[in-house]
Amino acid sequence: MMGELIWILLSAMVVNNFTLALFLGLCPFMGVSARVETALRMGAANIFVLTITSLCAWFLNSFVLPYTPYLRLIAFIVVIASLVQIVEMVIKKLSPTLFRQLGIYLPLITTNCAILGLAIFQTNRGYDLLEGLSFAIGAGLGLTLALVLMASIRENTELASVPELAKGMALVLIIAGSLSLAFMGFAGLLSAS
Amino acid sequence: MRATTPRQDLLRGMWNENPVLIQMLGLCPALAVTNSVENSIAMGLATFFVLIGSSLLVSTFKRFVPHEVRISTYILIIATFVTIADMLLEAIVPTVHKALGAFVALIVVNCMILGRQEAFASKRPVGRSLLDAAGTGVGFIIALLMMGAIREVLGAGTFLGISVLGPHFEPWVIMILPPGGFLTLGVILLFLSWIEKRRAVRPGVRDWPEGVASGQKAA
Repeated sequence: MMGELIWILLSAMVVNNFTLALFLGLCPFMGVSARVETALRMGAANIFVLTITSLCAWFLNSFVLPYTPYLRLIAFIVVIASLVQIVEMVIKKLSPTLFRQLGIYLPLITTNCAILGLAIFQTNRGYDLLEGLSFAIGAGLGLTLALVLMASIRENTELASVPELAKGMALVLIIAGSLSLAFMGFAGLLSAS
Repeated sequence: MRATTPRQDLLRGMWNENPVLIQMLGLCPALAVTNSVENSIAMGLATFFVLIGSSLLVSTFKRFVPHEVRISTYILIIATFVTIADMLLEAIVPTVHKALGAFVALIVVNCMILGRQEAFASKRPVGRSLLDAAGTGVGFIIALLMMGAIREVLGAGTFLGISVLGPHFEPWVIMILPPGGFLTLGVILLFLSWIEKRRAVRPGVRDWPEGVASGQKAA
């Protein structure tokens, strides 16, 4: 059982990395990967929201959606977005420091494809509560890893002499391509799943 | 904000403000499902349908939507149309629906669609909004087809399943795998900025009004 959970976590983190293999959560990947520090905070906020999402999706899947399967998408979006808003208010009240560090990223993340993607994948694969949670944490760690790697490379390219044509998004995309290529090396790590 | 002509509303999204290639919106589907031309077309048409439908509803009901809850309302409208598109695809082309997998449902969080509602459909008359949605939708299809064609031809040697490069071509498998998506879009962007540079002397290319252009990035 424990081994199973660790495999789900590792698989979501490196083998099927959300950003580099499944193209989920690309907007923050392109947008906030200019500095390592912001990338780390964004990653932390992502892990947090993904965990909440996983709980929501499990709850909806077990108790609500068996009766109304056609409402799946709408229910996911509404419940996740409102819960993140509530959690944001609670954090603001309880820990202003944490709020300042995660605050601005939380509402941005809510409409990020990684969040809804996680809920849908979890449903399609029929994960139970624990499996879902380890999937969410693995996916969050994977996103953070990709963001931090990208940010470290981008910080270095600022000092490099990049051809005028490639400056901006083209360079970021080509770096992402190489990173994705490197992550394909992990594909041999899991044979069964 | 200067007034735009209907023709500008329609044509703007297709090339000069192409959602994927210029504004960098809707990247997730543009990279994830473009490993074959067939998938690109299906995804493009589904997104086109959702964009037209939600623009129509948003601009029809813009007077009744309170400002504070407008984003949630737009998302609900979009999610409804995505559910319809999802079921339609499953009924008409089950194999493609299976190949696209979760990405049909993920049209909901395509920033491009929400961006058009917020920047255009919520402020303009119904007819103009439909023109704008059609232009942006066609622009999205163009971008997806470019990616899909390059990736399928190089990665499998075929176009829509028909062999084009002959039996002696060794497929570049990497092009249909995830890294190929990033590399293809990167190279297309390089190519576009090269063209841009060559015709930079020509004025008036970017002569669109402020605000409607909305180059800002959604998260």
